[in-house]
Amino acid sequence: MPTLEKAPVSRKAAPASQSRPDCYHCGQPCLTQSIRIAEKAFCCEGCKLVYEILSDKGLCNYYDLQKHPGLSGIRPLRKEKFAFLDSPEIAERLYSFTDGDHTIVTFYLPGVHCSSCMWLLEHLPRLHDGVLESRLSFSAKEVTIHFSRSKTSLRTLAELLTTIGYEPYISLSDGDEKKAKKPNRTRLYRLGIAGFAFSFIMMMSLPEYFGGVTFDERYSTLLRGLCLLLGIPVFFYCAGEFFSNAWKGIRPYFQKGGKGFLNIDAPIALSVFITFSRSVYEILSGTGGGYLDSMSGIVFFMLVGRLVQERTYSSLSFHRDYQSYFPIAVTVLNGDGTTVTRSLPDLREGDHVQLHNDEIIPADGLLTGGAARIDYSFVTGESEPVKVAVGEKVYAGGRQTEGVITLELQKRVAGSYLTSLWNNSAFARDKVAEGRAEDSVHRLSKYFTITLFSLAAVTAIYWAATDPSRILNAVTAMLIVACPCALLLAATFTNGNLLRLFSKGGLFLRDASVIEKLSQIDTLAFDKTGTLTIGTEVEVLDEEVLSEADRAAIYSVVRGSQHPLSRALAKATAISGNLPLSEWKETVAQGVEGVVDGKKVLVGNAHFTGATPQAEAQVYARVGEKTVAFSVTPHFRTGLAGMMDQLRKRFKVLLLSGDQPRQQKPLQTLLGENSELLFNQKPEEKLQKIEALQAAGHQVLMLGDGLNDAGALQQSNVGITLAEDINNFTPACDAILDARQLPKLPQLLSLARWGRFVIRLAFAFSILYNVVGLSIAMQGLMHPMIAAILMPSSTLTIVLLSTGICQLVYTVLFRQKVVANSQQTKT
Amino acid sequence: MIALFFVLIVSLLIAGFFLSGFLWSVRKDQFEDKEGAAMRMLHDDGTILPPVENDPERPIAPRS
Repeated sequence: MPTLEKAPVSRKAAPASQSRPDCYHCGQPCLTQSIRIAEKAFCCEGCKLVYEILSDKGLCNYYDLQKHPGLSGIRPLRKEKFAFLDSPEIAERLYSFTDGDHTIVTFYLPGVHCSSCMWLLEHLPRLHDGVLESRLSFSAKEVTIHFSRSKTSLRTLAELLTTIGYEPYISLSDGDEKKAKKPNRTRLYRLGIAGFAFSFIMMMSLPEYFGGVTFDERYSTLLRGLCLLLGIPVFFYCAGEFFSNAWKGIRPYFQKGGKGFLNIDAPIALSVFITFSRSVYEILSGTGGGYLDSMSGIVFFMLVGRLVQERTYSSLSFHRDYQSYFPIAVTVLNGDGTTVTRSLPDLREGDHVQLHNDEIIPADGLLTGGAARIDYSFVTGESEPVKVAVGEKVYAGGRQTEGVITLELQKRVAGSYLTSLWNNSAFARDKVAEGRAEDSVHRLSKYFTITLFSLAAVTAIYWAATDPSRILNAVTAMLIVACPCALLLAATFTNGNLLRLFSKGGLFLRDASVIEKLSQIDTLAFDKTGTLTIGTEVEVLDEEVLSEADRAAIYSVVRGSQHPLSRALAKATAISGNLPLSEWKETVAQGVEGVVDGKKVLVGNAHFTGATPQAEAQVYARVGEKTVAFSVTPHFRTGLAGMMDQLRKRFKVLLLSGDQPRQQKPLQTLLGENSELLFNQKPEEKLQKIEALQAAGHQVLMLGDGLNDAGALQQSNVGITLAEDINNFTPACDAILDARQLPKLPQLLSLARWGRFVIRLAFAFSILYNVVGLSIAMQGLMHPMIAAILMPSSTLTIVLLSTGICQLVYTVLFRQKVVANSQQTKT
Repeated sequence: MIALFFVLIVSLLIAGFFLSGFLWSVRKDQFEDKEGAAMRMLHDDGTILPPVENDPERPIAPRS
């Protein structure tokens, strides 16, 4: 999902100290002491407000279940934000059910993350009278609310949820028919029945296998009859999925001009059909026990595999449907100055749209008023907002960051740049990649089936000429034992598993093709600011200890200034409190000054403050007669030294920084004496460097934070965006790495390599199995019953092998203590 | 022979009962939300509300 400001923030491991308590609501360190209720400190008014609401209604259990369960960054609700929910057509579309009064609606709440959230959201009736009942589906983060329309409205509900910190995310696709959950259920039904039948048939077939001399023929009719009875639903219902998919692939062949082809499900459908038919024949004619245990086994295991794949993919995939990114309605200005809310599909060219803070531009248009700073990170990957002047074009998908703007739409929502973006360029690239992967699997299955048929035909002819009694056994055994499932499952199953393991390790891949690319990387390019470095560290360079009063004085003076050095100092001294100020003045490029408590305070460069310049200081402060020097340096993330040590051994590393060559020495030590460090790189230069490396034959991985990196990230073989907040994603990146997991990069890359090895191993195994199995079967030496046992067991083996090895690799790689030098390099 | 027949039928019935239980739970969407049920179980059914002046013995609120 695109940027969501309410996502959970990393819980800092550092304990709260006296001078810096953690917010009782959200756990963030409180920068000031002034917001409290009794002994509870809060980091902002928003958190305090939520606490007050909850304690008023007796809902403080919220805080008992989990420490600091709240979401930080709660901002005051803009009054008109949910005004569009008052409109009946829009509201009607969102209701799952209504009888005029009792209404059911489901909201998606991306902020849900813990058991406290669940507790609170299921106790909504206590928070508001109109709510009759509420229930949360934690995995889907959806709350279903039953409410009475006479007592409350959809808009009030949305506002209520936002006020307690769980803003609902209402998007265009919510208005459409809810995706049928039924396919999911059908597969589970089929799975249950297949499993039931499989175990019973196996049990009843045991006497056939092991009975030997003591097996009484009288029982066989009974047992076989029951097997047949149970096998029928398995064949007609449970295996239905394979038949219908196979048919979908072949059908175009029978239509005019269509190209039918044998897809993955064709060989499976064939195996099932053959096994079933032969079993029916044998049982009804009394010539044998049939192979219904194998048939139901095949069906059962294949369904399990499909289900696991489906669940894995659905829980990990990025939401790539553009419709789920766009809101459901925007404010449109009428000719007479009044506003009306209109839903997105109803927007026309020429409409004048009013956008507020944080709203998404619905369609391409021209800016007609207001100060526009548009964040195009969703479209281009750049998170630095773009200033747009009145009269210039703005594009759909951008997000207005501050203030109100008006635009005149030039296109309808569907025709806009963003939709076309979804249909080509980056996504065509995706589709092509997906298409290629599917193609190779399809081609494989086609060749497989054709080869198998030809071999069977050849064998039949051979035996017809030599020893006709062996034909039936040989051919049936061949057709049964040859299992394409292993071949096909190997890649998809392992990839699904790997995607899951990667996400556990903090790396979220957009799809399975990235794994293969990751395993072939030999060069790593790092961005500096925001990637290797984070935030700033302010250090007092002088011996003189600053008193609290001094710090407070400094804070009072710098907090009014927007200069980055002032902001850094302000953050560092904020805890000391705010003192009243008289006379404040900022001199551009020099410093700020003011009078606090009768003392003159100056903060700025050495000349301005009259301090003796020191080599390492960036800013100085003078309080009364004392002068102090501060160094403000970006500080490196922890664990980087150990990570770089490991990476250097296997890869070429280089730095591509847009910043000036400060901290060159520590960076050189970090990346290695022989590594290239390039500074002052403009975005195009970064891109060109990557192209140059690729031209030289390298496979490059670029790690950046989206700022100035977008082009380079796209150009590189694998582009990873480092994110503090993992809900943020752009179409431009191949993967998102949780910033806290950066030191694990070497292990993640190893995991990719192992993954590729496992897939190859699985492939090799299944080929070996098929070759050996077929050669034995062709000679008529394999009893079809044995073939029928071997077939599902090969699938099972592959599944267990790949799962087991992947899990083992993961455990071994990630248990190792990262040789983390927590030392932070300074200038 | 009768014994075998009998055993088979009974075991089919028992297993069938469990199968229908599974199908019922699928129908009731119990397989949709994996983590939710685990968390819900741990919630207190009511909270002891903070004392109010005119009602010092406020009882445990019923589960809504």
